Amino acid sequence: MTVPRAALAVVLLSTAVVLQTAVLSRIPLPGATPDLLLLVLVGLALVQGPVSGAVTGFFAGLLLDLVPPADGTVGRWALVMCLVGFAAGRSRDTVGRSTFRPLLVVAGLAAAAILGYALLGLLLGDPRVTWSALTDSLPTAVLYDVLLTPFVVPFVMSLARRVEPEPSWARLPR
Amino acid sequence: MRDTRRTRIVLAVLLLVSFTLITLDVRGGDSGPVGAIRSATGTVFGPVQRAVAAVYEPVRNFFGGLGHDEHARLVQLEKENTDLTLRLRTSQYAESRAAELDALLKVAGLGQYRIVPAQVIAVGPAQGFAWTALLDAGSRDGLKVGMTVINGDGLVGRVKSVTNSTATVLLLVDGESTVGSRLEGGLTLSLANGQGGNQPMQLQVLDPRVALTSGDRVVTRGSDFVSGVPIGVVTKVQPTQGTLVRVADLQPYVDVRSLDLVGVVVQGPRTNPRDSVLPPRPSAGPSASASPSATASPSGSAGATASAGPSASASPSR
Repeated sequence: MTVPRAALAVVLLSTAVVLQTAVLSRIPLPGATPDLLLLVLVGLALVQGPVSGAVTGFFAGLLLDLVPPADGTVGRWALVMCLVGFAAGRSRDTVGRSTFRPLLVVAGLAAAAILGYALLGLLLGDPRVTWSALTDSLPTAVLYDVLLTPFVVPFVMSLARRVEPEPSWARLPR
Repeated sequence: MRDTRRTRIVLAVLLLVSFTLITLDVRGGDSGPVGAIRSATGTVFGPVQRAVAAVYEPVRNFFGGLGHDEHARLVQLEKENTDLTLRLRTSQYAESRAAELDALLKVAGLGQYRIVPAQVIAVGPAQGFAWTALLDAGSRDGLKVGMTVINGDGLVGRVKSVTNSTATVLLLVDGESTVGSRLEGGLTLSLANGQGGNQPMQLQVLDPRVALTSGDRVVTRGSDFVSGVPIGVVTKVQPTQGTLVRVADLQPYVDVRSLDLVGVVVQGPRTNPRDSVLPPRPSAGPSASASPSATASPSGSAGATASAGPSASASPSR
C-alpha cells in the first residue's frame, strides 16, 4: 500500500461514508440504501488487487462501523468489507477492462456483504437481524448498487489508475 | 491467479483484528476502548455530516417542487409550525391536566415537556439493520443518553449516545428498541417492540383480559421514556389463544423514513399527562368503534333477565 494509494482511499472512503449517511440514506427509497462505500471499495480493489483490496476494505468497514449514527458491533463491517475488498481484488484479472463484468462483481459482492453481515449478526445474537429485514434490504441493495455502478466504479477506477506508478494491467500478477 | 504468502498473511491479520474488535466491543460496550474510538470518530465526522446535511437540505426541498425564493421562508414556517404543534400539544396537556387537578385537588401549577429542537443530519444505512438517526445537537445543548426524542407526530426514539455536538437516536422501530407503553384510557403495562422500519411495531399487552381492538391508541407509560407521548395505533390484533400476553401490530405515528425536525425532551412533565398529548380523535386513528376505551362488559342488568330462559344464555360469554 503506497502513500498515494492510501491518500486516495482515505479521501474517497470518507467522502463516500459521509454522502451515504447524510444524503443517500435520507432519500426515502424502499428497502436498502445505495451502498456507495461498497462501490468505491470495488472500484479501488479492481485496480489495486487483493492485498490492497483487503486493507482498504478493512478500513472502509471500520468507517461504516464507527461513523455515527452506526450502532452495530464494531468490527462487523470491517470483517465483511475486508473479505469483499479481497474478493473484488482477486477478480481484477478476470474483469480486466470489461464494462459489463464490474456489474456482476458488484451484484455478487453487494449480496454477499449483506448476507455476511447478517450471518455475523446471527452469530452475535443481534435481535435486529430478521428474515423480513433481510428480504427487504437484500434485493433492493443489489438493484441500487448495480444501477449506481456505471456512475461510480469507472470514475473510481480511473482515479486509482492515475495514482498508480504504472498501469496495473501491464504488471505481472505477483 | 494464486494467492501469495503475503496476501494470505495480510488477510489473516485483518480478519484477526476484526474479530478482536468485535470481541472487545461485545465485552466492553460503550465504556470500553472501542466506545472511545466510536465517540472520537463521531467528533470528527459530526461537523462534516452537519455541513453536508446543510448543503443537501435545500436540494431536498427543491425536489419537493419549491422555488428558491420561498425556500428560506418555508423552512422558517416549517420550524414554527413544528414548534407550535409541540407547544399546542403540551399546552393541551397542561389545560386538561389543570382541569383535572382543579376538580380534584384545587391545585394549579403545571409541568411541561422542555424541548431542545434538533435537526436530523444523518440516518444509518438500512443494510446495517439498525434504525438510528444523527441529530445536530449534543451534550453542549444539554442532551444526555436516555432522553426521549419526539416530533409533532409522536415518539421518535431515545438518545443512545452523545458527542459534544451530535447525538445518535435509537429510533422506536429499531429491533433493539422496546418502549414501555399503555393503551389510551388504561393503565395495563404493554411493550411496543420495534421490528425494523419496514415492518409495523409489535405491541405486547401483558394482560390477557384487556379488550384490544384495532384503532386503539398507545402512549408511553413513563418509566424509560417521558410519559404520555403518543406512539401509534393498533392496526391488527394477532390471535393469541391461551397465552398471558396479547399481541398486536402497532403502526407508529412517526414516519421514520422522513424525519426532519425533532425535539429532545430535556425535562419531562412533573406529573403524568395521561392521554392528553394524543391528537384529537377524528383526525388520527382510522377506528370506527365509538368507545374502545370502555371495556365492554356484557353482563350487568341483562344478566338478571337472561336467567329466565335457557335460550338467552348468550350474555355470560366469558
